Amino acid sequence: MASVDAVSPRDGESSSTVASRWRRRAFGLVAVTALPVLLGGCQLPTFYGYRGSTKQGHDESVLWIGTMIASIVVLVFVGGLITWSIFRYRKKSDEIPRQFQYHIPIEITYIVVPVVMVLTLFGFTVYTENQVDAVTPTPAVKIHVTAFQWGWRYQYPGNVTVTGVTTEDPDPIGLNGASCAPAVDCLGPGLIVPAGQTTQIVLNSQDVIHGFYVPEFNFSRYAQPGVTNTFDLTVDHAAIYRAQCTQLCGLYHSLMFFHVVALPPSQFRAWLSSQQHLAHAASTVSASNSTTKAAA
Amino acid sequence: MTVLVDRPVSHDHGHEHEHHEGPTGLLKWLTSTDHKLIGMNYMVTSLVMFFLAGLMALAMRAQLATPNSSLLSFQAYNALFTMHGSLMLYLFAGPFAFGGLANYILPLQVGAPDMAFPRLNALSYWLYLSGSITMLLGFVVAGGAAAYGWVAYAPLSTVQFSPGSAPDLWILGIALTGFSAIFTGVNLVTTTFYLRAPGMTMFRLPIFTWNMLVTAILILIAFPILTAAMVLLFADRHFGTHIYSTAGGGSPILYQNLFWFFGHPEVYILALPYFGIVTDVIPVFSKKPLFGYKGMVFATMAIAALSTGVWAHHMFTTGVVLLPFFSLLSLLIAVPTGIKFFNWIGTMWRGQLTFTTPMLFCIGFLFAFLMGGLTGVMLASPPIDFATHDTYFVVAHFHQVLFGTAVYAGFAGLYYWYPKFYGRMYREWMGKTHFWLLTVGFWVTFMPQYILGLWGMPRRVASYPASLGWQTLNVVSTVGAFIIGISFVFLLVNFWVSWRKPVPAGDNPWDAHTLEWFATSPPVHHNFEKLPPIRSERPVWDYHHPDALTITHGSAGANGNGHGRLAGAAAAADTGDKA
Amino acid sequence: MRVEALFLLGVAAFFGVVGLIYWFWAYEQGGFVMLVGTTILGFLPGSYYLWWSRRMKPRPEDRTDAEMADGAGVIGSFPGSSIWPFVLGMGLFLMVLSMVFGLWLIAPGAALVLSAVIGVTVESRRGGTI
Repeated sequence: MASVDAVSPRDGESSSTVASRWRRRAFGLVAVTALPVLLGGCQLPTFYGYRGSTKQGHDESVLWIGTMIASIVVLVFVGGLITWSIFRYRKKSDEIPRQFQYHIPIEITYIVVPVVMVLTLFGFTVYTENQVDAVTPTPAVKIHVTAFQWGWRYQYPGNVTVTGVTTEDPDPIGLNGASCAPAVDCLGPGLIVPAGQTTQIVLNSQDVIHGFYVPEFNFSRYAQPGVTNTFDLTVDHAAIYRAQCTQLCGLYHSLMFFHVVALPPSQFRAWLSSQQHLAHAASTVSASNSTTKAAA
Repeated sequence: MTVLVDRPVSHDHGHEHEHHEGPTGLLKWLTSTDHKLIGMNYMVTSLVMFFLAGLMALAMRAQLATPNSSLLSFQAYNALFTMHGSLMLYLFAGPFAFGGLANYILPLQVGAPDMAFPRLNALSYWLYLSGSITMLLGFVVAGGAAAYGWVAYAPLSTVQFSPGSAPDLWILGIALTGFSAIFTGVNLVTTTFYLRAPGMTMFRLPIFTWNMLVTAILILIAFPILTAAMVLLFADRHFGTHIYSTAGGGSPILYQNLFWFFGHPEVYILALPYFGIVTDVIPVFSKKPLFGYKGMVFATMAIAALSTGVWAHHMFTTGVVLLPFFSLLSLLIAVPTGIKFFNWIGTMWRGQLTFTTPMLFCIGFLFAFLMGGLTGVMLASPPIDFATHDTYFVVAHFHQVLFGTAVYAGFAGLYYWYPKFYGRMYREWMGKTHFWLLTVGFWVTFMPQYILGLWGMPRRVASYPASLGWQTLNVVSTVGAFIIGISFVFLLVNFWVSWRKPVPAGDNPWDAHTLEWFATSPPVHHNFEKLPPIRSERPVWDYHHPDALTITHGSAGANGNGHGRLAGAAAAADTGDKA
Repeated sequence: MRVEALFLLGVAAFFGVVGLIYWFWAYEQGGFVMLVGTTILGFLPGSYYLWWSRRMKPRPEDRTDAEMADGAGVIGSFPGSSIWPFVLGMGLFLMVLSMVFGLWLIAPGAALVLSAVIGVTVESRRGGTI
């Protein structure tokens, strides 16, 4: 029954060398996990996530890719240990194995290494969340978005208001020359923003809690009554991005779609000033073929 | 009748145990305060809840198999996910663990004749049963069951947005089951502190008992807050208060803070007992002691402690929480959880593993929780949470961890202790079939959901548009769910067959380690006619294998085994004196 | 008793520290109150246990070398069967349901609760069922 314990020193090796062997492995593990993040995740696989079509979304994507890589390494390592154990140590005889219960150097290692990994992840997290949550004092445009059961209202500078609900109509704004393909991208009211510039959203709700979620921006934020959330979106290029409410808000939560339409800045300015002229003429502009649906 | 119980002595068979002539039949069921009967009641009731909630899940998955499906109305679907979550979390996973298994097993593991407060224990069960019925009554009142999610966020759950009696029944059901849990928590702590057998020091307790102790403290910390949150919600609904509504100067954020201060410890209340089961089962089927016993105890305490400081990681997207505080503590929970994983691996390492049904379920737990835990670490990072919050990514994460614990580890415990409860064995081949079908179904159900979440599919949606390309993965997930359902047929048939054609199990069919395996199967009234000497955390193993005692190894030898010598060296002798 | 005392005082110490950090770092009062409450939850029983553990001899279950015979004698009172938990449970059930199905249910509910309270007390004093 005097089998050599795999975790005890090998012949001639002192236990401090055992510990340093594990320390070297641990350091390698940390380096492997940190390196991809440091490389900025350029063109690494996204593991089903979006690369992010906003500057803030890109920052999140880098963190996501790095975290995924680190997680896969841990998964393979620990999963490998479990798999190894269940195959290698299947019962081979009735002999009772050596009844050991401790190995202090290993126990210390598997406390210290995860702490280091977690603190590293925390560091990158704080850096990224500061990027994502940063709000500039000088955005190109500031839009007040109000969620309600079950649609969205957007208030632009110059008294321009656009309101729309669910799947009733494709884009109520009516974009010249722009198409919505696939059609699902244009469900609900379109939030018009300038591409390549910073849009500041001031988010609120007039009834229950809703969620402002644009998948391709890797971003969501709650719209809550009594709480105003402000965040910046710097959309990369002109395109249409589907979006929907992501916090359960009642019966038609599943249908509370909207979409973000990023226009080239000149086109955006043109659209906005024409809307402002109309708003100046009448008090509020409603989308031509959609109606406000108040809370049930 | 009231019984004053003498401490049974290991070699004294002469002590005449009084014959218990109590009520029988229905009256026995209504009046018994025996922890074993109460524990069995809890297990049966909670399994019924599990199957009911499982059927609800199958209905939801059937709905989601096609886009824009009209199989279920939106109202029905919203009620289904609300009640599925509520039943699973409030009425199955918790009560099965602390009301069912802990009630039955903990007194046996510490060497006690019963729980410290037997009548309070019985009251806990009746409160749990009535609370469950109260919540389910929502299905039969006008307007249908509550439909605001198992978290019941205000303002959605206020009377303005969720009128009707079903939400009130839901709230009251939680109040009743909440008190049931609190009373059970009191019982567990008191039994562990006061009713241990001689020699059973705290650091010789089985890890299942340690985990139940820590769980009980968490229950005492968390459930009163839930009750408070619910009382305030009820007051907003009916007594004209404005605690959660901005109209009267209240704050919906307060609801979230209160709820999640309960809610996060709650998920660890659900997880820790199941970690304890796995920690008891793996050493038995590895023929080795638990690796790193003291580390395990401190890791459990660390998990519980950290879990109470992370509640607002469920609120990252509210925009009003201190992100670094909550993300740091949430990330740190990975460390003690990792310690537990390495200790489980260390227990199996160089062991002689036998893959009985309980052991298979434990291994299933290890893989499920490994991945589920890692996705939890991802979610602890606010920017990643912004992208995945309230999507199917989160749904997949929590199902992996909850399934890993409550289902895999829970059924590991059920199969493991089944021979103790009934004195008969289940059929091993059916247990294994259950495991493999369940495993296939589990991974097939939830892996696609991670991808769907990353693609942008939100949670709690009764339908999704066609031409987003989501249908294929949804269909795969639905197929998996039905495979899970089928796997449980094998469980039910297994127990039925073992009842009709019993195969006697004996006192210790597994050659297991802890005290409950010294009692008969099932244990006699007041549990023990005799007890072995207790010199380590494995008294029954020491008794049967005096030549294979735990080696105290390394500098921290004082784990109650004795200082630096082979544990319990002279313990096997009846006189059991110290060397 | 010492391990139990330290366990509970550890709870108090942890939440005391976290509460302090939270107070000075976050801008949120609800969480702070809950953390303070939890500190007290550990401190009250823990300090009591610690006080006693210094003044009492180790109980048989605190000693690593104890024999079963050391714990011989009466362990405690374990009421074997009693109808009162069921009655109390059903009484509370009815009182709770009254909030939805009609306040008249408070009457039978309260009656059951009251009889259970009396019944348990009498039962504890004289020992016996029903």
